[in-house]
Amino acid sequence: MSAVSDAGTPPVLEVHDLNLWYGDFHALKQIHMVIQACQVTALIGPSGCGKSTLLRCFNRMNDLIESARVSGRILLDGRDIRDPLVPLVTLRKRVGMVFQRPNPFPLSVFENVAFGARVHALAARTGMAEIVERSLHAVGLWDTLKDRLRHSALGLSLEQQQRLCIARLVAVQPDVLLMDEPCSALDPIATGKVEELIRALKARYTIVVVTHNMQQAARISDYTGFLFLGEMVEFGPTGALFTNPRDPRTEAYITGRFG
Amino acid sequence: MERHFDAELTQLRERLLAMGGMAEQAVGKAVKALVDRHAALAQAVIEEDAAINRLEVDIEDACLGLMARYQPEARDLRTIAMSFKIVNDLERVGDQGVNIAERTLDLLNEPLLKPLIDIPTMAVLAQQMLKDALDGFVRQDAELARAVCRRDDDVDRLNDQVYQELLGYMTRDPHTIARAIDLILIGRHLERVADHATNIAEDVYYLVKGATIKHRLTGV
Repeated sequence: MSAVSDAGTPPVLEVHDLNLWYGDFHALKQIHMVIQACQVTALIGPSGCGKSTLLRCFNRMNDLIESARVSGRILLDGRDIRDPLVPLVTLRKRVGMVFQRPNPFPLSVFENVAFGARVHALAARTGMAEIVERSLHAVGLWDTLKDRLRHSALGLSLEQQQRLCIARLVAVQPDVLLMDEPCSALDPIATGKVEELIRALKARYTIVVVTHNMQQAARISDYTGFLFLGEMVEFGPTGALFTNPRDPRTEAYITGRFG
Repeated sequence: MERHFDAELTQLRERLLAMGGMAEQAVGKAVKALVDRHAALAQAVIEEDAAINRLEVDIEDACLGLMARYQPEARDLRTIAMSFKIVNDLERVGDQGVNIAERTLDLLNEPLLKPLIDIPTMAVLAQQMLKDALDGFVRQDAELARAVCRRDDDVDRLNDQVYQELLGYMTRDPHTIARAIDLILIGRHLERVADHATNIAEDVYYLVKGATIKHRLTGV
């Protein structure tokens, strides 16, 4: 159907035989999936199904959890993300994360956006002001905030803070944006606006979004994966998954019969 | 705020209009083939119907996908639900074009029974009704749609006239029966096109106003 692009874009992330344990708890079981460039991929499923854990695998945030043990492979543009030749900081520059609760630094709007770019010393060729302007434009904040760049980011509305956090990522020119429940702290109007932003950002970025709101997944994504008890029950084009799911567990979940 | 959903709705409307244009053309070309005694044109109408059928299925899919993905409300919901119905009528209009083309191919084996006057007039009226119903859809014009419904009677009257006249031919000369029946059927197919245009106009009225004018449930 028209709403779903065919898999005409190259894969950016490939997941092969991924398993993850927290101690004895088998949190992700034999996950296989391919994430296409410049598409929005949503991960849905009931609480505790492993969707956030899977998302955190993509930029190795589970490395921070001592009990976590991973097997299998995740390839970013064909290269294993655990390749010792690829520094973790490089991976996280290419694959950035937006969290549930907006987490701006207690700095000015300008410094928030410039932060990552400074860390990665990106301002050498283009001026920092230009990077900040371009990034704020990308998230639709430039016109609102261009005269308030020196104001504290903590004075912004929650929606603006979330956009700012996305601008902070965009400033370091990533390829993949990971979003973990990016709208769950927002009211419905702000949610609608951030959803539109996600649709707009996919022109340049590959986006993987975890959401407990399956209607949101239906609205904003091109591909959807349904996780249940650590298993990828079904993964496919969003239109197909929501009109004609193949697995009875998917059907039961999306029609509200459990979860 | 311009929603991504709006872009998808626009795409749905454009596809539906494209299909409407094709269905209208099928009828126009079939009647032109009859009047000009042009077998190849009639054959083309029959062959081109597959594309209309394909669009029906694609648009139905798109409607279901939009409903599942966006949980539309109010006019958005009515737009999608009515589009789902309208493509059905458009597909049937395409079929009427094929029926007329088939009768035409039959008729071309024999000399012309009589000069064609009422049938081409019916075709023009029915096509114009269809066009106006779709214009009403594009411009969200309930009054235009309502006016289309009123014009259905004109086509019905012409159809009766065609029938009576051809009945006369058959009564007087049994050799005319085969050709007269083909022409009666063509009249009937055109009358059906006008009925489908009326259905579409009723759906457009409902889409715009949220109220039905079908089955004389409210005064037309």
